[in-house]
Amino acid sequence: MFSNPDLLHFIFGRLSFDSLPFHEPILVVTFAAVVLGGIVVLGALTYFKLWGYLWREWITSIDHKKIGIMYIILALIMLLRGFADALMMRAQQAVSFGDAQGFLPPHHYDQIFTAHGVIMIFFVAMPLVTGLMNFVVPLQIGARDVSFPFLNNFSFWMTACGAALVMVSLFIGEFAKTGWLAFPPLSDIVFSPDVGVDYYIWSLQIAGVGTLLSGVNLIVTIVKMRAPGMSMMKMPVFTWTALCTNVLIVASFPVLTAVLVLLGLDRYVGTNFFTNDLGGNPMMYVNLIWIWGHPEVYILILPAFGVFSEVVSTFCRKRLFGYSSMVYATIVITILSYLVWLHHFFTMGSGASVNAFFGITTMIISIPTGAKIFNWLFTMYKGRIKFDVPMLWTLGFMITFVIGGMTGVMLAVPPADFVLHNSLFLIAHFHNVIIGGVVFGMFAGITYWFPKAFGFKLDAFWGKMSFFFWFVGFYFAFMPLYVLGLMGVTRRLSHFDDPSLQIWFVIAAFGAVLIACGIGSFILSIVTAVLKRDQLRDETGDPWGGRTLEWSTSSPPPQYNFAFTPVVHDLDAWADMKKRGFVRPTSGFMPIHMPKNTGAGFILAAISLILGFGLVWHIWWLVAVSFIALLGTAIAHTFNYNRDYHIPVEEVVATEDERTALLASQKA
Amino acid sequence: MSTHSHAHDDHHGHDHGDGASHGTFNSYLIGFILSVILTAIPFWLVMDGVLDSKMATAAFVVALGVVQIIVHMVYFLHMNTKSEGGWNMLALIFTLVIVVIAVSGSLWVMYHMNINMMPKMDHEMIQNFG
Repeated sequence: MFSNPDLLHFIFGRLSFDSLPFHEPILVVTFAAVVLGGIVVLGALTYFKLWGYLWREWITSIDHKKIGIMYIILALIMLLRGFADALMMRAQQAVSFGDAQGFLPPHHYDQIFTAHGVIMIFFVAMPLVTGLMNFVVPLQIGARDVSFPFLNNFSFWMTACGAALVMVSLFIGEFAKTGWLAFPPLSDIVFSPDVGVDYYIWSLQIAGVGTLLSGVNLIVTIVKMRAPGMSMMKMPVFTWTALCTNVLIVASFPVLTAVLVLLGLDRYVGTNFFTNDLGGNPMMYVNLIWIWGHPEVYILILPAFGVFSEVVSTFCRKRLFGYSSMVYATIVITILSYLVWLHHFFTMGSGASVNAFFGITTMIISIPTGAKIFNWLFTMYKGRIKFDVPMLWTLGFMITFVIGGMTGVMLAVPPADFVLHNSLFLIAHFHNVIIGGVVFGMFAGITYWFPKAFGFKLDAFWGKMSFFFWFVGFYFAFMPLYVLGLMGVTRRLSHFDDPSLQIWFVIAAFGAVLIACGIGSFILSIVTAVLKRDQLRDETGDPWGGRTLEWSTSSPPPQYNFAFTPVVHDLDAWADMKKRGFVRPTSGFMPIHMPKNTGAGFILAAISLILGFGLVWHIWWLVAVSFIALLGTAIAHTFNYNRDYHIPVEEVVATEDERTALLASQKA
Repeated sequence: MSTHSHAHDDHHGHDHGDGASHGTFNSYLIGFILSVILTAIPFWLVMDGVLDSKMATAAFVVALGVVQIIVHMVYFLHMNTKSEGGWNMLALIFTLVIVVIAVSGSLWVMYHMNINMMPKMDHEMIQNFG
């Protein structure tokens, strides 16, 4: 039976025993650790009988708060994977000089830098951003959930299954060796005949469905579900940035989907969109993917700007300086982000007029961003600043992001870019803005809204440790790369000949170790907070003296968020309500209409994962079966009319009375 | 559909807000006839070779395609400046801006690269280009 190669090929496609990486000791050890860890976790879940709880309360949940939390957990897990890749690269580059070859062979090193980029952008930064928006936006606008709660659950599981497919590539086969954007001709079938690029394509396509749908969902939520009285210009700044980010997602992710479809067609059915001959043009791929890629960086940074706006006004006890200029700056950035994509390939051969146009638009985009920085500074001016952990992240951001922004303007000058393109200067620049902007912003946001999500604050000592490790570690890790880049060292090298460069890489590796301590401290701040939750408990629902509606409900909020939809009269609605002596209603509750949990999203996404795996390995029977199952499940779900229920009034009264008693005990 | 639309139009602004109108039998019929005509003309142009120049034919077909898009938006998607409180129009304008930027920008960029990167590129051309 096993001697028939045709049958084996039919059953397993390209997958064979040789696809498993037994020859890589690092991977074998990792795999063993993952299996052991997995057994412990699964065993614990079974022992404590948590499977039913997980399925009922989390996996099938369509509560936007729980979905937001799951996004952030996914992002933090993937951060550990992506950061492990970063540590390996830093270690390799610190030792691989002259005769020493380091510990990573080139083909493994190439997979690591590709996986690092893909994971950090698509499966860390994106879920962090989407997760925060999911959790915060409905609370900030006074809504009970998002517009399409089932779609929200489905979006999350598609993102998670895209991440899972990347993780599968670690132990079955290999990942792409092409860099995080998989430029052809290198990613074409001729130069990358193995499964790496296919893993790349299908994991991004699966996750892309989730991203796009959650973008649609949040736009509709913000446009249609704001509390009465909340006009557009009374929306909190974070909600504004979330709206603009989701508009960018909906307008740009289809471009990524289309360009990956074309690349997939080139690889699977032999078309010639991006090949070197037969009329194909790889430069078109670069052009198209950056039409998505540049808006993508603003998708990541805009919500971070929103977080900083909320944090600055809360911790300076002032209304945000220049609210309307902040809103217009956000909108201008949204539009301008579509006019700069060519600055990613100034050196590809356009003439001076094209390069000059895109160089100038790139410099223009720094103007609204600069306006925002001044708005935050003026908000702090004469404010009573409280240096809590979210505020520390914000200050660290303002210093670090300005430096990153200025090196960005340097790169926007086309003649300078011809020297700096693809050098470590570029690497230092985009880590400078992504770590200094997005990562600091998301940590600020997580620390800020954690008490709202769980009812107790994060541990401040380890939070501060985390901030200072990250902040100092960032400068140690990336300032040497600016120096090396100016000396002409290019990116993605696994070995160097010139020993005089080594000291810079050693400093950078030291910085990476400091950042590792920062990540460790952050995890510790969660662990200590859970252990000390009774001291850190927030019983008022408003631990920081917040200004927006999410702080008007309890921490954690009840499933229905607000027993009565709040009515908004002014910007910073909750600050306004507190000033006017708002009295929380304690009677007259009504039953609340809510959507019901469903497992359909999880099942659809799991089938998509199997479909993706079949496509990667050319297991066509599996592709056919899972595709039909996917359609069948989707159609079956449309016949499920049992989708909503009413929370009975007794339950609402009980929940609200409990809070009334709690608030009264606070005052006493 | 049409009976429902009356009921809906009379009740502005409770659950659904100012939603899009649902159209009438006549509006669907007009839309359908216009689409058929706008589809038939390009076929006729191409199959009978009415115009001498292929460029002119292609330009005509693209132009009719754009008109077709507008017909669909007005008659089938019920778009006007007021539906959904103007959000539909805003979304359309934004989409048009993005599409125009992406398409014309790509054409410009790729045309430039074609000229500058072709194997037989002569030195003079580069100098003239700047």
